[in-house]
Amino acid sequence: MFFSAKKLTGGYGGANIIEDCYFEVERGEIVSILGPNGAGKSTAMKAMLGILNNSIGDVFLEGKNINKMKPQDRIKSGISFVPQTNNIFTELTVKENLEMGAFLIEGDINDRLNEMFDLFPIIKEKSDQFAGELSGGQRQQVALARALMTDPKVLMLDEPTAGVSPVVMDEIFQHILNIKKKNIAVLMVEQNARQALDISDRGYILVTGRNAYEGSGEYLLNDDEIKRSFLGG
Amino acid sequence: MDLLNSIILLTNFIVVPAITYGSQLALGAIGVTLIYGVLRFANFAYGDLMAFATMIVILFTWYLQSLGISLGVLPTALIALPIGIIATILISIFFDKAVFKYYREKKSDPVILIVVSLGVMFILNAIVRIIIGPGDVTFMDGSRFILKANEFKNLTGLNEGLAIKSTQLITFITTIITCSLLFYFLNKTKTGKSMRAYSNNEDLALLSGIDPGKIILLTWILVSILATIAGTLYGLDKSFKPLAYWNNLLPIFAATIVGGIGNPLGAFYGGFVIAFTEIGLTYAYKKFFIYLLPEQLEPNSLVQYISTDYKFAISFAILIVVLIYRPNGIFKGKVI
Repeated sequence: MFFSAKKLTGGYGGANIIEDCYFEVERGEIVSILGPNGAGKSTAMKAMLGILNNSIGDVFLEGKNINKMKPQDRIKSGISFVPQTNNIFTELTVKENLEMGAFLIEGDINDRLNEMFDLFPIIKEKSDQFAGELSGGQRQQVALARALMTDPKVLMLDEPTAGVSPVVMDEIFQHILNIKKKNIAVLMVEQNARQALDISDRGYILVTGRNAYEGSGEYLLNDDEIKRSFLGG
Repeated sequence: MDLLNSIILLTNFIVVPAITYGSQLALGAIGVTLIYGVLRFANFAYGDLMAFATMIVILFTWYLQSLGISLGVLPTALIALPIGIIATILISIFFDKAVFKYYREKKSDPVILIVVSLGVMFILNAIVRIIIGPGDVTFMDGSRFILKANEFKNLTGLNEGLAIKSTQLITFITTIITCSLLFYFLNKTKTGKSMRAYSNNEDLALLSGIDPGKIILLTWILVSILATIAGTLYGLDKSFKPLAYWNNLLPIFAATIVGGIGNPLGAFYGGFVIAFTEIGLTYAYKKFFIYLLPEQLEPNSLVQYISTDYKFAISFAILIVVLIYRPNGIFKGKVI
């Protein structure tokens, strides 16, 4: 497996939020982590990034154990993350946002910038505006582009469609499909389970901090029990 | 003629002094705002950091003078500035490592850091008074005036003179150069942008690989440079007195808040807003009206809105009004 996590256990200091969780994702694959509120989806993602202080378990990138790595070093080694909220620099221009995404890249970043402008045409138009002045959907695109600036191998998204309209949601999912084509491993946490599974290759459903179901997007969408319990009938 | 006289009168007594004072406040306020933006607390030790910086500059100026080194018409203190800057950077880093770092790592409340900065303020204040004493020190040398009132009168034939002290011009020019360099740094360089990014969204800056340690170090360096320049300019223009810097803390904080806390450009303008209001309101306009109004309407009183004794009340009033009506500052909310 290209990127995988095993036996993730941890929380915020009190009781464990997640227990013995595991996830796997290949390059060029979209994998969704789904589940009811409070199932530990975001916590699991934080554990994989190394920003959850009280967590144990193994995380592998290209077969290498990156457990001991600090979050910054994980980013350097090719993992990028888009948080659910506060995921852009509102008081920097769109272009500056992208430049900050490429902070760790030494040398010329114009190629990366142009690639992002091709991927997200709208942010090319708005590149000199302050990111805080953009609409919700545009902000989300800036957030994705910022995370992609380092040319990551693994992209983690925490609820990329939270709080946007259905039209914008489709647009964002379309962008995520385009990102997948760049041979990036995409791992996302989602609330809009049905729509997320539509574009996902595989999915994991967490219940109270443990892996409950897993399978291809198609399988999860068509399983009666899962439909009833998690996809709203 | 009367109109010209009245304009010169206001220029001489309000515009020129307010531009000078405003420049000094602007430099101070930018320093306070940078600390707030990056380290997220109001640093009450800033006034005394300025006093410390100026003291080092004075001591080194004296040393240079004893060697017979001078800058001719310019004050010798300008050569001593780099030494003052280095010493101030060192003491800032010392206090950061010895004091502020502990509370930062504990993620203490901003209000605790404010109280901590009060402690640092007392220490700095004591150091300065032990070394150089609490009294007035004049360290200005070089030529005193660029334009003397009498010369101006002879030159123009007007009743009113316009005097420009060399310190006033030096203050203004130095401020413009310093601020231009600073804004260039913050807006155009990668490191400057990363500083703004860190100030705007700390968590995302970490996720982008920006090293907070470097940003904090850089902030103290910039702030020390600003404190040394602002303190020295103020000392050259008025005279050096440790307590005067502590007193200036109120107008500096007012300027910071007027400009929007964390917004360096706002702090720059805020300095001038405070200076012009303070000097404009404490000036006695009697002579001005005598020039402009017909004889019957001439005022008997001084037409001074507020006594100069209350000049700090003006900063305080502006502070309160801004906090009530525009708590994010008078400019659009763009934080560094």
